[in-house]
Amino acid sequence: MKSRRVLIGFTTFILLAVSSVGSAQSTAIVGGTAVTMGPQGTVENATIVIDNGQFISVTADGAVPDGATVIDASGKIVTPGLFTPIGSLGLVEVGFSAGPLDQLQRGEEFTASFDIADAYNPRSTLIAVNRIEGVTRAVIVPSPGFPDESGSSGSVLAGLAAMVNLGGGDDSVERRSVAMMVSLGQGGSGLAGGSRAGAILELRAALDEAQSYGDDPGEREDYKLSLSDLDALQGVLNGDVPIYVNVNRASDISVLIDLVDEYGLNAIIVGGSEAWMVAGDLAAAGIPVVLAPQDILPGSFDRINARRESAAMLADAGVTIAFADGQSQTYNARNITQSAGNAVAYGLSRDDALRAITIAPAEIFSVADRVGSIEVGKEADVVIWPADPLELTSYPEQVYIKGNAVEMTSRQTLLRDRYLQTDSDKPPAYRR
Amino acid sequence: MNKSIVAIATLALFVAAWEQGTGDDEAKPYSSRYQPMASGATLLTGATVLTGTGERLEGADVLISDGKIQAVGEDLDAGDATVIDASGRWVTPGVIDVHSHLGVYASPGTESHSDGNEATSPNTAEVWAEHSVWPHDPGFVTALAGGVTSMQILPGSANLFGGRSVTLKNVPGRNVQDMKFPGAPYGLKMACGENPKRVYGSRSQAPGTRMGNVAGYRTAWIQAADYKKKMEAAEGGKGEPPMRDLQLETLAGVLSGEILIHNHCYRGDEMSVMLDIAKEFGYKITAFHHAVEAYKIADLLEESGTCAAMWADWWGFKMEAYDGIRENAALVDLAGACAIIHSDSAVGIQRLNQETAKVIGAAARVGIDIQPEHAIQWITSNAAKALGIDADTGTLEAGKMADVVIWSGSPFSVYTRADQVFIDGALAYDRFDDSVNPVTDFSLGTAAATGGAQ
Repeated sequence: MKSRRVLIGFTTFILLAVSSVGSAQSTAIVGGTAVTMGPQGTVENATIVIDNGQFISVTADGAVPDGATVIDASGKIVTPGLFTPIGSLGLVEVGFSAGPLDQLQRGEEFTASFDIADAYNPRSTLIAVNRIEGVTRAVIVPSPGFPDESGSSGSVLAGLAAMVNLGGGDDSVERRSVAMMVSLGQGGSGLAGGSRAGAILELRAALDEAQSYGDDPGEREDYKLSLSDLDALQGVLNGDVPIYVNVNRASDISVLIDLVDEYGLNAIIVGGSEAWMVAGDLAAAGIPVVLAPQDILPGSFDRINARRESAAMLADAGVTIAFADGQSQTYNARNITQSAGNAVAYGLSRDDALRAITIAPAEIFSVADRVGSIEVGKEADVVIWPADPLELTSYPEQVYIKGNAVEMTSRQTLLRDRYLQTDSDKPPAYRR
Repeated sequence: MNKSIVAIATLALFVAAWEQGTGDDEAKPYSSRYQPMASGATLLTGATVLTGTGERLEGADVLISDGKIQAVGEDLDAGDATVIDASGRWVTPGVIDVHSHLGVYASPGTESHSDGNEATSPNTAEVWAEHSVWPHDPGFVTALAGGVTSMQILPGSANLFGGRSVTLKNVPGRNVQDMKFPGAPYGLKMACGENPKRVYGSRSQAPGTRMGNVAGYRTAWIQAADYKKKMEAAEGGKGEPPMRDLQLETLAGVLSGEILIHNHCYRGDEMSVMLDIAKEFGYKITAFHHAVEAYKIADLLEESGTCAAMWADWWGFKMEAYDGIRENAALVDLAGACAIIHSDSAVGIQRLNQETAKVIGAAARVGIDIQPEHAIQWITSNAAKALGIDADTGTLEAGKMADVVIWSGSPFSVYTRADQVFIDGALAYDRFDDSVNPVTDFSLGTAAATGGAQ
């Protein structure tokens, strides 16, 4: 018995070491150009002091506290960690013909209450690949359980999203229920009998039922939704949990704006190809848009008026924007810098583009009190870049998550290093 | 009827099928009817020029007339050419994508536009992608805005033999014949790995495994070799030619070296097997496409003279893509093999320069220095080589087609846009003048057509 206890103790120690939680020693990143994305703006020759996982001070030419580990960032750019606002990181390993897709819930008993946080695998190989490129936070989301041969008809309500850090430890789920996934427009039509009007009807019916349940849980026993779904929808009704709506067509967005107003909900749009056409209404309603600036083709009749300048037009109208490339939001979540750069090429200010991949998504998911900028008191997610972070030839020199220096390796760098050893007389499997 | 006349007539048909037509004989069915737009002489001055031959010239001029590159160098005489000040800007050959499905999987991506995979039999070497191309795909125009002047349209990868590809100039046409690259050889799409075995295995039909895939290729090549032998015998006056067979005609065209093999293949071990099949039947694999593990067998690619056409960073979406790394193209290049960046995407084709930039950055991270003048070859001259059109385009050398892009800055900066694109010397796209730019029939009345004005 005794030896087993020792073994357990040892295992715990290893796990703690790997998950890199907490850091006793303080760190000072000095000499860099800190693009804080906070009220301090850009601080030249910044001294950024980090202790206990948080930013302690950010000062120009500031002094380094005794005993701090000093990281020289002279001539480099220091930004907050990047924040990807949607995807399946930690929910899928290989997507096709290769095992479970944990982002996908089949069956109809639990939809609104399906909580994706319980499926998150912080040690997924996808995490490190994206982490070493500067992505430190992600909102992970359930996917709509599309109709299939099993008889599942799917639901316009796909469940609850979560915000995670990409540190790789057991403490990675930072906040549950940051949003409720909803499909409207063309995506919703297939889940609601064939029409987008049916998708709205299904959403209304769920909200009405949840309202009735919330007013008096004992009043009736014939709820169509499960009790757990009705519970989950209370947060939506009181505005704590925004609905995160996949929708592109301008007319669908207008319907959404009215519905949100009627029920007093908070909402976030993802997709938003035609959002620019109703930008003023979105700004007035305070509805942010997560968009893919490169997706300018009319991929469907919901996106017939997609255009290059969407990001700039929405920002100009006062809409908060974040980026998610529709093609690569999971395996290549790191490519949010490419989205940001392309948005700049078509009119968005560089500052707004950087906001859109750092502080803006933190604000959208109501976690900006903790992350998204280099500000005293916030969790110290920070990236040191030798050159412009939006350039695709750039790469982080070092990434920190909650004050801890991330090991700058991934399965991909290991593969790379193995096959770079072309002069080795050993077969690849013997190369390390 | 005289047998030799029949044989010669058959041979003529056979040969006609190999070439997409030179444009000089418009009577040939399916041949190119491409006519360059009218253009005058143009002199681009003072640019940073990446020639596509590995050279970089600063403050250089490019003289274009009669649709051709006339000269590249300093202080060229404008003569009566229209002068375009390209100082502070970069000039490169037109971008070439060796792997596109524009027109065969057109936007909008409706079921009715799904024309890229004849997934009804594992061997459909008899189909031609050009017979699926919808010239009004808005994706051609967005690709043009990304500097793409030529591309290969391929059938999909459901089948072991997917059918013939077609190489197009990126010009709006009423039909595919108006777009066909004059004189370009045909390609044949083959596919390894997961796709064929999944598509047919799930129907309890061969192939259901990777070994089933290989048996399928070999069986087809045996039949093709026999067909070719009988055709050649008839040509030599020995025996009747077999009845014309579209499928075997394409395969025999590969064995004769007239049709180029473009082989969808992800894994290094599978590419190695495919190279052996080529050896067994005496054909050449011109390029592996996707080639996610090309970096594992870069030396074999160099030895066989086979190009690898790769994404910069697509990985993980299926098992055979799990070992994808961003340095793939750099490692292939480092081994002396022919590296190409391709898109396989209506979105990616708009930014092949940015995809190339990702590889440059990843390579720099491990101390591999790749200069812009070198990297540009991955999306210009190397791509032209893989399509067999390198005598005509892909570099800025005198006598080549004047397929040219003026970029607002380095093509490998994310902020850079293609300012102007010339195809055969004619201004095909101008970022500053919407009146120059094509609008597909489909896009009339949408934001794409009006620049967003509603």
